[in-house]
Amino acid sequence: MDWFGQEEWQAVILSLKVSVWAVLLSLPLGILTAYALARWQFRGHQLLNGLVHLPLILPPVVTGYLLLLTFGRRGLAGAWLEETFGLVLAFRWTGAVLAAAIMAFPLMVRAIRLAIEAVDPKLEQAASTLGASRFAVFTTVTLPLILPGVITGVVLAFAKAMGEFGATITFVSNIPGQTQTLPSAIYTFLQVPGGEGPALRLVIVSIIVAMGALVASELLARRARKRVSGV
Amino acid sequence: MSLCVAIQHQLADFTLDVSFEAPRGITALFGASGTGKTSIINAVSGLLRPDQGRIILDGEPIFDTAMKIDIPPHKRRLGYVFQDGRLFPHLSVRRNLLYGARYAHPEAQGPGFDEVVALLGIAPLLDRNPGLLSGGEKQRVAIGRALLSRPRMLLMDEPLAALDSARKEEILPFLEQLREHTDIPTLYVSHSVAEVARLATSVVMLDNGKVTRAGPAEQVLSDPATARQFGLREAGSILPATVQTHHPDGLTELSVSGGRLFLPKIDQPKGSSTRVRILAHDIMISRNYPKDISALNILPGEITSIRQGTGPGMILQIKSGDDFLLARITRRSAEAMSLKPGAHVHAVIKAVAVARVDVATR
Repeated sequence: MDWFGQEEWQAVILSLKVSVWAVLLSLPLGILTAYALARWQFRGHQLLNGLVHLPLILPPVVTGYLLLLTFGRRGLAGAWLEETFGLVLAFRWTGAVLAAAIMAFPLMVRAIRLAIEAVDPKLEQAASTLGASRFAVFTTVTLPLILPGVITGVVLAFAKAMGEFGATITFVSNIPGQTQTLPSAIYTFLQVPGGEGPALRLVIVSIIVAMGALVASELLARRARKRVSGV
Repeated sequence: MSLCVAIQHQLADFTLDVSFEAPRGITALFGASGTGKTSIINAVSGLLRPDQGRIILDGEPIFDTAMKIDIPPHKRRLGYVFQDGRLFPHLSVRRNLLYGARYAHPEAQGPGFDEVVALLGIAPLLDRNPGLLSGGEKQRVAIGRALLSRPRMLLMDEPLAALDSARKEEILPFLEQLREHTDIPTLYVSHSVAEVARLATSVVMLDNGKVTRAGPAEQVLSDPATARQFGLREAGSILPATVQTHHPDGLTELSVSGGRLFLPKIDQPKGSSTRVRILAHDIMISRNYPKDISALNILPGEITSIRQGTGPGMILQIKSGDDFLLARITRRSAEAMSLKPGAHVHAVIKAVAVARVDVATR
């Protein structure tokens, strides 16, 4: 594939890596948050709901800048992470993961929350009378029933992570081979003369990845839906 | 094995304030819709936390506000059969049943998987998914799932209410078998007198959140005072009976404590015991032994009590042998025949008046 430059490859691989990690790492927290918002009543319910949705309505650049302030090497959380775990986020690919996860989080939570709200609590009650603890009820009844919603949430989050640009470039910049994700690469190619070719190729890759994820999720979700429909 | 319930709980439009005991066998919680029956059963299961009171199962408090005990539902080990089945849609029938067994107490005794499947006749359904089962099939699987969790007690919330009469007839025999073959006591919520008459060994009658009458089923059902609450057209008594002979003309002869009954063919072997429900309005009263009458069944007895209704009717309680019958007649007849407590009468019952559903299958 010599028509595909090394820089382009790096961008594609990096984007895939960042998106997969972003989705995997945020999924458990996404399910927990969705469950809390759907089922629990607690003080600060509205506040949590607002915080989760904030990245959806803030300009991405603002989110990125806030991340830089908090998770930058001199930021409160950033300094602590570096001291305790030796983990640096700003201007690293790990930071791109954080930015993508936060930007994708509202979409993931929303899809999973809708699925949880559609589960009949009576089924969970039935499971508890059969001797299943709350955790067992969740893993054996709730989780299988919300699987289609979880798949939808994962795919939406993955797509959002692949396309994330504003927050990422603000927080981790645009360093080829390190933090230059697919959208950043397209942007960079468009800034230089003769960059239309590589940009176009990356655009095609983007479309293929997005379509592939959509089709795969549709197939998976259809199978899961069939299973939980009980017929 | 018994259950003691004494709870108070504020519901939307009335206060539940009940105290009763459920001994072995099937205890029916009977009452019209919205009298708090389901709230009681939910409180016993732990799905509802009553404002106050205590629930004691076999000497062990599972709920007690004074002692601050509230065992969570999954640790109470009670098998709950819901009105709507509540089978897990993502699991096959087999895996629904196994779900019950999965969390069963390892030392608990109870019927095994094959036994339950055979008892409920659900072997052909095992590999099906719940979505395609009929209502009756779903309920049988739900009962099996509850049984396999090896519960200390079964709770059934109108398990037949959502079924048509043919499907009910399909499940009633299983419930009767369950009563005979297992030691598991059952709390059975119902607003159907026919179901109560056929299944219950004890009855707790509820009205507006209060217990109005409780006791052994034969006593409660044959009490003229309860007839109004059961509904006059539904009032009747139950007689324990033994199958004696099947006659070639299609009649089955049964013995009851007060004499013999001839009923349309009952599909049970000679010597088997059963119970027959006789509705109060199906009984005629005669002072003398009636002759030249088409009715086949004449039970002698003595009037033990008379209850005057608000309308033209009244209800007599008649002791025949060791059992009680209820007869509904007009006040005019009672006066013409000068019927009083202590009077000797004959209760006349047409063989064909006793419906198939009112004869228990064992």
